[in-house]
Amino acid sequence: MSRRYDSRTTIFSPEGRLYQVEYAMEAIGNAGSAIGILSKDGVVLVGEKKVTSKLLQTSSSTEKMYKIDDHVACAVAGIMSDANILINTARVQAQRYTYAYQEPMPVEQLVQSLCDTKQGYTQFGGLRPFGVSFLFAGWEKNFGFQLYMSDPSGNYGGWKAGAIGANNQAAQSILKQDYKDDITREEAVQLALKVLSKTMDSTSLTSEKIELAEVFLSPSGKVKYEVCSPEALNKLLVKFGVTQPATDTA
Amino acid sequence: MECVFGLVGKGFAIVVADTSAVHGILVHKTNEEKIMKLDSHKLIAASGEGGDRVQFSEYIHKNVALYQFRNGIPLTTSAAANFTRAELAAALRKLVGVVFVQNPYAVNILLAGYDNHTGPSLYYIDYLATLHKVDKAAFGYASYLSLSMMDTHYHAGMSLQEAIDLVDKCITEIRSRLVVAPPNFVMKIVDQHGARECAWRQSLPSASPTFC
Repeated sequence: MSRRYDSRTTIFSPEGRLYQVEYAMEAIGNAGSAIGILSKDGVVLVGEKKVTSKLLQTSSSTEKMYKIDDHVACAVAGIMSDANILINTARVQAQRYTYAYQEPMPVEQLVQSLCDTKQGYTQFGGLRPFGVSFLFAGWEKNFGFQLYMSDPSGNYGGWKAGAIGANNQAAQSILKQDYKDDITREEAVQLALKVLSKTMDSTSLTSEKIELAEVFLSPSGKVKYEVCSPEALNKLLVKFGVTQPATDTA
Repeated sequence: MECVFGLVGKGFAIVVADTSAVHGILVHKTNEEKIMKLDSHKLIAASGEGGDRVQFSEYIHKNVALYQFRNGIPLTTSAAANFTRAELAAALRKLVGVVFVQNPYAVNILLAGYDNHTGPSLYYIDYLATLHKVDKAAFGYASYLSLSMMDTHYHAGMSLQEAIDLVDKCITEIRSRLVVAPPNFVMKIVDQHGARECAWRQSLPSASPTFC
């Protein structure tokens, strides 16, 4: 019965649902997961890489994490090509703000602006919504470190910890149990990796399967966004016991 | 013969403007307020063509208010100054169809504000969208007379009384040396407590001053 209301993206069903938006969220539910955790001294983002073929040419680019501006980064889950469009839009919006005000764009305003764009695709134009969910991590002088989660409907919220992509509900319930308000950045990294190891399909984590990035302040007070190198990541995975150490180092 | 000038003191910024509304040789009124309260902690002193002055000040005022309503936080003085400059700049090169059309606002602005972390600041913005962050500034014929007075007597971190004394010195210079000097001036101040009127200097008593 509901099939009749699927093809037009911008109309309600009789039960008051927007099916295309819900189907977009289904698509994201099959994508690699991403987890974000807010700590006192930074925001941690981890992501599960779906493309792990040996044939993949490794370069410095990341699959799940992207820098939007010097003070804001995001992790994505969903259709990558859709994500690229939105990431570019977010980057332009951030620069446009800085061009007008000569200051970094407040993080919530950036998220709100991007979500306004996403909402447009649920109301007019006849185009399908974007099949992407985001975790935005940033810092600005008004509200310090912040974490936001947004979905294809254009809704967003500020979170202390959040998960998107595959098994996000399981991840969220573990986060709800284990998160504490005064968590440090190092503890947050540990928690994020632990939650990811529990919700990912594979038995052990390696740096080939996951990405880790952090937003924090350098000692001089500048915002830094750093993606963990594979070597450092492997060391962390061994340290937190979420991977088996390579057999030839035994 | 419009006179607008201002300076930054210890924990405050003061801007002074004449209060004559002039059309040709006729003075319409002598208590025209040319310094508008942009928000709780910002003042915008504008000099220039009558219509443009009010139109542009109001436009900036409403946009600053809209920002605060939308985002729950006020703009910093620097952000407001840069936004103002950008609006002036945009009007200078508007693309209409395939040609650039100039539709400049003939307004010169001194924007004074107080921010909690950075203290008081003063921005000089002229009608061609020049922006300078300054300690002291002046527009119009007043600048010929008051800049040198300020250069001599200004020092960083002046107290309010010292600043008012310097303003009075400038007003005295303007009155004695400018051929058609405006009779009345208003001083407005912005500090941590907010933006407010500070004093009037009237050599021609007019009707009771209008308040914003």
